Amino acid sequence: MTPVIEITDLTKTFGSVTALDHLDLTVEAGEVHGFLGPNGAGKTTTLRILLGLLRADSGSATLLGGDPWRDVATLHRRLAYVPGDVALWPNLTGGEVIDLLGRLRGGLDPARRAALLERFDLDPSKKGRAYSKGNRQKVALVAALASDVELLLLDEPTSGLDPLMEAEFRAVVRELAAGGATVLLSSHILSEAEALSDRVSIIRHGRVVETGTLEQLRHLTRTAVTVDVLRAPDGLDALPGVYDVRVEPHGDGARLACEVDAPALESLLTVLQGAGVRALTSAPPTLEELFLRHYSDDLAGAGVQ
Amino acid sequence: MAATTMAGRRTQAPAATALARFTGTGPLVRLALRRDRVLAPVWIAVFAFSAAGSAAATIGIYPTEASRVQIADTLNSSASSAAFYGPILDPTSMGQVSLFKMYAFGAAMVGLLGLFLVARHTRGEEEDGRTELVGAGVVGRWAPLAAALTWTTIVLVVLGLVTAVSLVGAGLDVVGSLSFALAWLVTGLAFTAIGAVTAQVATTSRGAKGLAGGLLGLAYLIRAVADGSADGELVGLRWMSPVGWAQEVHAFADPRWSVGVLGLAFFLLVSAIAFALVDRRDLGAGLLPDRAGAASAPRSLSGGLGLAWRLHRGLLAGWVLGAALLSMVLGGLVANLGGFVDEGMQDMLAALGGQQGLEDTFVAVEWSFIGTFFGAYAIAALLRLRSEEATGRSENLLATPLTRPRWAASHLIASIGGVVTLLVVTGTLTGFSISRSLGDSAWWSKSASAAAVQLPAILVMVGLTILAIGLVPRFAVGLSWGLFVAFFLLGEIGALLELPQWVMDLSPFAHTPRLPGGDLNVPALVILTVLGLGLIGAGVAAYRRRDLEA
Ligand SMILES: Nc1ncnc2c1ncn2[C@@H]1O[C@H](COP(=O)(O)OP(=O)(O)O)[C@@H](O)[C@H]1O
Ligand SMILES: [Mg+2]
Repeated sequence: MTPVIEITDLTKTFGSVTALDHLDLTVEAGEVHGFLGPNGAGKTTTLRILLGLLRADSGSATLLGGDPWRDVATLHRRLAYVPGDVALWPNLTGGEVIDLLGRLRGGLDPARRAALLERFDLDPSKKGRAYSKGNRQKVALVAALASDVELLLLDEPTSGLDPLMEAEFRAVVRELAAGGATVLLSSHILSEAEALSDRVSIIRHGRVVETGTLEQLRHLTRTAVTVDVLRAPDGLDALPGVYDVRVEPHGDGARLACEVDAPALESLLTVLQGAGVRALTSAPPTLEELFLRHYSDDLAGAGVQ
Repeated sequence: MAATTMAGRRTQAPAATALARFTGTGPLVRLALRRDRVLAPVWIAVFAFSAAGSAAATIGIYPTEASRVQIADTLNSSASSAAFYGPILDPTSMGQVSLFKMYAFGAAMVGLLGLFLVARHTRGEEEDGRTELVGAGVVGRWAPLAAALTWTTIVLVVLGLVTAVSLVGAGLDVVGSLSFALAWLVTGLAFTAIGAVTAQVATTSRGAKGLAGGLLGLAYLIRAVADGSADGELVGLRWMSPVGWAQEVHAFADPRWSVGVLGLAFFLLVSAIAFALVDRRDLGAGLLPDRAGAASAPRSLSGGLGLAWRLHRGLLAGWVLGAALLSMVLGGLVANLGGFVDEGMQDMLAALGGQQGLEDTFVAVEWSFIGTFFGAYAIAALLRLRSEEATGRSENLLATPLTRPRWAASHLIASIGGVVTLLVVTGTLTGFSISRSLGDSAWWSKSASAAAVQLPAILVMVGLTILAIGLVPRFAVGLSWGLFVAFFLLGEIGALLELPQWVMDLSPFAHTPRLPGGDLNVPALVILTVLGLGLIGAGVAAYRRRDLEA
């Protein structure tokens, strides 16, 4: 099956600012794809190019098999978009906006609309100017989620929602994904992408620096291991792939903590044999840590990997 | 929740910190100056040029006192003219006669500018979230309002002074010119303060302007009733209206400077109310609750055009109402035209086509004004396409199957369709009112053709506006209005300044046939139409091809 989104070597500049710098991104049909990056990384710019709102300087982008700049009307019938900062008309009610956007996309399912309003606890009879940021976001979400589309482009969709609504949002996205929809979810909130995504791409300075399933990406980083032992074994420091070893007294034995590259886990366990292991916890890396590694690259300066 | 915060706020406002509430006013005034650095000079120039142009044009026509007394008597005896523009208080005064159209009406326009500016810098800023940024910094709670009032007052005072200087330049006396500026200022400041109050009451800048604008309309109506009343029996009502106060200054007719004190007192008092209201509401909220609306969209709201209609209908309704009123007044004015000029001139006019020629010329001049002002409607409506983009609302829409050409077309239809509506209404009603007051049914067709020939020049204006939106979106607002003002001024004072013909011909409005009476120049109309459509096509193409810009 051809990918739903295929971007190669995409570059976009605004004056002297390079927003996208030879970006590559592939989103397969039916997957929820997390598009992660700090503010200013180029997430919104990528989505706007995919929507034909911006024109790329060079490179190519294919969306649902079409050209996002040329085939606007046909492509947009098959997708829905939730912008990062939802602007509403001050005099139109939320319900009117939901209906308008839905009708523009070719109609929406009234039952689904009602259910979503209920789930997101949104009052559709308020005027646009009376909504808070979170509620404006809900209007756009209901409009997008209530229409029957193949592809959802969501730009930091939960940035104004409270935790309860965030959970509801996740549930709805999972249902849609189960129904076969493809989702591109941009976020700088890692737990959100972690909870929803099948695959993740990490963007930094307009470039995708990592892409893969969560498992694949986890291999890129270290597992935190904490062991309570009777006797601290020797030679841990010397093991390749084991870092940051700390040993402190604990009860009548010792507590040992270290960070381990995935391939080195085996040799760590070998060394631990005979040390009298009483308790062992290992925490899989979170995307936070993955992210921090890329941030620390920023701190260390460009080019230092 | 709101009650507790309000109570909390009241108890924690010791007098010692009252001054702290104004902290940061200075920088905010400078910010306002920066934001208005183009807009404010343009508006000041429009007002000054309109007044001076009007004065200069009339001074030549009524050079003698006798001619002035004659025209003043005629105008004053027309109830509709007195009601619409106000009576001429001193028929011998050059200033009173030459500025009679600009006096109460101009004062109301200055009031409109005042309330517009104050709403823009208070409620508008809050709406855009800038006040929130400001509020988080070291800025007192009253500072945004104090800055808006200060800035608006500065603009209005400068406007008054520039206008006074221009009037002196046009040949009127210094004292009279200053009193005229004071008259405008009194009304301007009154509605600035009223705008400051409505900005606390309403939740949007649009709502604040609408509310204050409604009060301005009411004030104008009250003075119209006072001035239009038989034998002036209700003339005391004028004191009930801040627009009437401008008239009570008696500019160019033994000025009453003390009315300025009344204006200042009103300004201070009403501003104080506005400050008190600031304390009684939360940031972003108004005192008037927002009414709930429909939970689902009506059938009509289902596409770009339906949305455009929703967005434009309020503005259009206001214009249609204004145009209808003006059309009815025009009928009354034409009926009293006989006495407008002295006998010597009537002989001359008789040679040119007699009484009928005079009526034709008068109505043709009115139509050229009307055509130009409908051009302003077309621009204001079309610029909505740009403001939809700048606020980020277009992004929502253009991510649906709605294409940019269609979205642009929706606003073009609203703009051009709105103008056509206005022309039909005005053409029909002037046809009705003039043919009735003159008892001559030929005016039906004369009005229809006068209305029809206005459209091509407006199409060119529409084309220039959409081209600006397409090519230089960030400058589109300034550029379109700048061009409009330039064209307007070319038409109004180009001849007085003896500018070369080719410069005056730059304005599309210069090529509109002067109907009734003038030559129907069909080729010019065809060229204007083709040019307008070409510019529209180019503008839409440019809008289609560029990045969407916030
Ligand atoms: N219209 C624009 N004009 C100028 N610079 C822009 C514009 N849009 C985005 N940028 C810049 O491009 C970069 C990427 O921005 P954006 O795509 O919004 O990032 P993200 O959505 O990941 O936060 C930023 O440096 C931003 O300042
Ligand atoms: Mg963004």
